[in-house]
Amino acid sequence: MSDLHQTPLYDLHLELGGKMVPFAGYSMPVQYPMGVMKEHLHTRSHAGLFDVSHMGQVMLSGASWEAVAAAFERLVPMDVLGLADGRQRYGLFTNDAGGIEDDLMFARRGDDLFVVVNAACKAADIARMKSALEPEVTVTPIMDRALIAVQGPGAAAAVATLDPAAAEMRFMDFGTLGLDGISVWASRSGYTGEDGYEISVSDADAEALARRLLAIDGVEAIGLGARDSLRLEAGLCLYGNDIDAQTNPIEASLNWAIQKVRRPGGDREGGYPGAEVVQKAFEGGVMRKRVGLAPETRAPMREGTQLYDAEEGGRLVGSVTSGSFGPTVGGPVAMGYVGSEYASVDTALWGEVRGKRLPVRVAKLPFVAANFKR
Amino acid sequence: MIFTEEHEWLRVEGDEITVGITIHAAEQLGDVVFVELPSDGVTVSKDDEVVVIESVKAASDILAPIDGEIIEVNGALTDNPGMVNDDPQGDAWFFKMKASDPSQMDDFMDEAAYQKFIG
Repeated sequence: MSDLHQTPLYDLHLELGGKMVPFAGYSMPVQYPMGVMKEHLHTRSHAGLFDVSHMGQVMLSGASWEAVAAAFERLVPMDVLGLADGRQRYGLFTNDAGGIEDDLMFARRGDDLFVVVNAACKAADIARMKSALEPEVTVTPIMDRALIAVQGPGAAAAVATLDPAAAEMRFMDFGTLGLDGISVWASRSGYTGEDGYEISVSDADAEALARRLLAIDGVEAIGLGARDSLRLEAGLCLYGNDIDAQTNPIEASLNWAIQKVRRPGGDREGGYPGAEVVQKAFEGGVMRKRVGLAPETRAPMREGTQLYDAEEGGRLVGSVTSGSFGPTVGGPVAMGYVGSEYASVDTALWGEVRGKRLPVRVAKLPFVAANFKR
Repeated sequence: MIFTEEHEWLRVEGDEITVGITIHAAEQLGDVVFVELPSDGVTVSKDDEVVVIESVKAASDILAPIDGEIIEVNGALTDNPGMVNDDPQGDAWFFKMKASDPSQMDDFMDEAAYQKFIG
């Protein structure tokens, strides 16, 4: 345990009674005394503060914005060149087989590109960017900044008490705020399906900022357990579960993340790792799709649950990649991959739980409507 | 009330034994969202998995503490699994059983010994 990294908020987590668990090489709070269920519901009704400092923050810079953006487009199937200053986008690193190496957020900060990647992938992502982009683009891992997410319908009012400009930001805006005198980079985004912010702050100021935010009425510290159930209800992928190096973006139902200009027929189509595979999938379809799954009994269908097209016998048609209880839904929720012919909403399937086949229905994602400030 | 190393409690009243999980176990599990109970009348052996309990995070099994027959289950838990967190050592008992060999309970702990066991 002693070789686990700690975030700048580690002492605060302990003080708040956080139950610390190893996660992607870090000691992180899975829950606080409130518990996963109440933490989840609190975030949906008020506001939750999440320590996501384990995620990787990287700055890319070069001769010009165009140079940086054009270079980054060689690694992701997204429209980077078209990103306006102060705007952010969701992205994917692909491999030569069109599989997903990681998912990420990227934001334009003047002529620079600010990238946030998953903790478990950050070393590989940094190596990938350095090897593909340097020396044309300088890839600088940011080692001295924490990342704090504030999520929920009360997030905007809470953050705006520290800087009224926060309220002016729209969904996926990115910029500098002064939160009670602490200069931060904030994006109006998150990974819970709620309105909110992700705030990059210097390690030195992180604890003071977290304490300042937690002192605001309605803001509570929320652990990784609730973060997982929140993102699952919001239909958002967990890298390593719902998407991985063997799934391409079309199978993952992430078509929306690839802007028209990079799709077949677009002005800058292809040109990223595995583009041939992804282009073909766009035009010719895929064998399997990621779908939402609503179990029809109270039994949660966990990751790995096998899905069949009949209650007895029948064919194995897919499996669950994330499954839990959705506190806001008030019942079990899951997502997984099924053969494309089984992917339409309301298709009746059966999931095998402890040797018994239980009914499950293909469901529209998200389970809980997003509450973004567009 | 007597306690097992599997964090179950047993209340012995005549030849009827009520079984549940301890407050400590309920705290460790977190918010319970699903309970699957055995059928009345089934014969079980010590350490058989008789109850499935799922929290938001994961599934766990409750083992039969002794050999015997399940004579009643607490159906209220199926509709309201959260009772396990609210009152684990009271209303949220799982099942009642008859022991085939009461001497299997001889090694179970009293409250003081259990408190010491969980430290």
